[in-house]
Amino acid sequence: MGNKIEVKNLHLIFGSSKKQAIKMLKSGATKEQIHNKTKCTVAVNNANLTINEGEIFVIMGLSGSGKSSLLRCFNMLNIPTRGSIEIDGKDITQMNKKELLEFRRKKVGMVFQHFGLLPHRTIVENVAFGLEIQETTTEDRLRKAREVIDLVGLKGYEDSYPHQLSGGMQQRVGIARAIATDSDILLMDEAFSALDPLIRVQMQDDLIELQQSLKKTIIFITHDLDEAVKLGSRIAIMNDGVIVQQGEPEEILLHPANDYVREFVGNVDMSKVVTASSIMRVFREKLVLGKDGPAYAARKMSQNNFRFMATVNNSGVFQGYIVERDVRRLLEKNEKDLSKIVMDIPQVNSGTPLSDLLPLYIQQKYPLVVVNEKGIPLGYVDHTDVVSLVTGYNNGEVKEIIENASN
Amino acid sequence: MNIGKYVELFVDWLSEVGRPVFNQITIFIENTVDILQEGLLSIPFYIIILLFAILAFYVKNKSFRQYKISKKNWKNLFGLSFFCILGLSLIYLMGFWTQMIDTFVLVLVSTLIVLIIGIPLGIWCAHNKRIYIIVRPLLDFMQTMPAFVYLIPAILFFSVGNVPGVLATVIFSLPPAVRMTTLGIKEVPKEIVEASVAFGCTPRQTLFKVQLPLATPTILAGVNQVIMLALSMVVIASMVGAGGLGESVYAGIQQADVALGFEAGLCIVILAIILDRMTQALGDKKEEL
Repeated sequence: MGNKIEVKNLHLIFGSSKKQAIKMLKSGATKEQIHNKTKCTVAVNNANLTINEGEIFVIMGLSGSGKSSLLRCFNMLNIPTRGSIEIDGKDITQMNKKELLEFRRKKVGMVFQHFGLLPHRTIVENVAFGLEIQETTTEDRLRKAREVIDLVGLKGYEDSYPHQLSGGMQQRVGIARAIATDSDILLMDEAFSALDPLIRVQMQDDLIELQQSLKKTIIFITHDLDEAVKLGSRIAIMNDGVIVQQGEPEEILLHPANDYVREFVGNVDMSKVVTASSIMRVFREKLVLGKDGPAYAARKMSQNNFRFMATVNNSGVFQGYIVERDVRRLLEKNEKDLSKIVMDIPQVNSGTPLSDLLPLYIQQKYPLVVVNEKGIPLGYVDHTDVVSLVTGYNNGEVKEIIENASN
Repeated sequence: MNIGKYVELFVDWLSEVGRPVFNQITIFIENTVDILQEGLLSIPFYIIILLFAILAFYVKNKSFRQYKISKKNWKNLFGLSFFCILGLSLIYLMGFWTQMIDTFVLVLVSTLIVLIIGIPLGIWCAHNKRIYIIVRPLLDFMQTMPAFVYLIPAILFFSVGNVPGVLATVIFSLPPAVRMTTLGIKEVPKEIVEASVAFGCTPRQTLFKVQLPLATPTILAGVNQVIMLALSMVVIASMVGAGGLGESVYAGIQQADVALGFEAGLCIVILAIILDRMTQALGDKKEEL
């Protein structure tokens, strides 16, 4: 997986006195100041992005944040004022007319929010549109179009007209049209935003499935964080023409770069995104059954103020917890074998999402254990961390609430 | 201020300088009109009526094949054809057949010239803001200036007869052709045009594969208006010697002949209804039967 698209210092300014606007931007003027003085709108301000081959890269932001304007730079529907976009090592901003036409025809497909289908053409003619303008033979392009229609699940609708189809189906036509040309980059501009929620989820699932077989490089625009998190292998968040943060979904959710992102992230359903590994705490000490005795365990516990400790066998596989109370009882009875007091604890793996962890806590007094595929314990997920993530309170507040409740 | 005087000087100068060009135009239009008139008049009237009726049926139904006759839809299918047969027969029986053909040819030629000029101009206006800014007030001027005024320079340039009539008609009925073409193209959803560009259409491909097909209903509505305006102007143009039904109406006025005036007027109404309904049907989508 190499870098497919490299965006460097990209500026997009609408208006007539672009040079002055760029100058003002360099000297640190704000968007409003520039607009008041030059009547220019700064749509994209110094964007730098690297998009890998075969990933779904999501650009997210509210309306007016410049995300759609940025997307339209990737096929030069908007011509960047400054900066470069290298695709497979070729700067598309430097292409001449002929190269650009060829690039649009062969390399990049686009899917639109309101589908952008031709109402006077049948589905198969719409899908074949991209091939038609390349002057392929009718037979070839219709065969290819039928293949793609089959792929997006619209077999049987080839000779219908767009207005006879539902929104979701029309967008499938849009997607089919975009992939019919075998271009390896797909630009999707709020492609699912006009669809109702149920259809939308279905389309997202289908897109992920389609992506697994086609391995396109997809740039997806959305204003919906849930959608971004679900689809994106990486996400860039835009505000006022600036990319304020980019990274993997979890990284953005857990470490928002500024208040704008934090506010954005505030509404997302964390439990679907956050996985066990990202909120677990690492075991500092473990007890080895058959080697360590109760006296050692008791000393470690009082030293570190542990309520419980994890135990492993000789090969490091997790066995269960032992708790302080049981260790003391063992010492009183003067017994040596810790394995008698080991408690069974539910185990999860590092990729388990929070929403699957929550039910396990209902009957569980002690933290869940995160293990790798060999059964070796990696860490534990504490109640307070889970509660604070789900509720948005910080750990101290959660502890206080729990204490107040138990008093 | 004496603006009129300067306009007069300009028109005089133009008619002097442009004489060879105007002569060529005169010859061309005159020949076209003559050939069409003579050609149509050489065909027996009942065949022309029949052709009108068949054409009416075709534009109403967009096809000769897929239809089923039922009590509900026979009006839709055959109504206009019946009207053509009845109306045109009436014109023939009243003795205005030749005049009707003359008028029809004048309208036809004027409309064709208007479309040849108007549609490309409309496309240009839709794509170029500056051209639109220049053309728009000209169109307003052309449309609001009383139609009779065009007749004066038309006589100076092209003397009397059918030719000044046709050209005055062209000027008078050009605006809707330009306007509706511009409107139709501007109305094409931005996203669809964007899609065509995104998939690598050249501007020409975008125009012919996307913009014009989607603008067609609006352009056809413009054609309808053009024909109606042309018909009304062709009557007025009889004042500069254009022939046809207008001539009869004009004669009716001069002789205070109510009978003649009414009969000629009725013929114009019949022709207007036929042309209007036919061109309107062109723009309608095919009804699903």
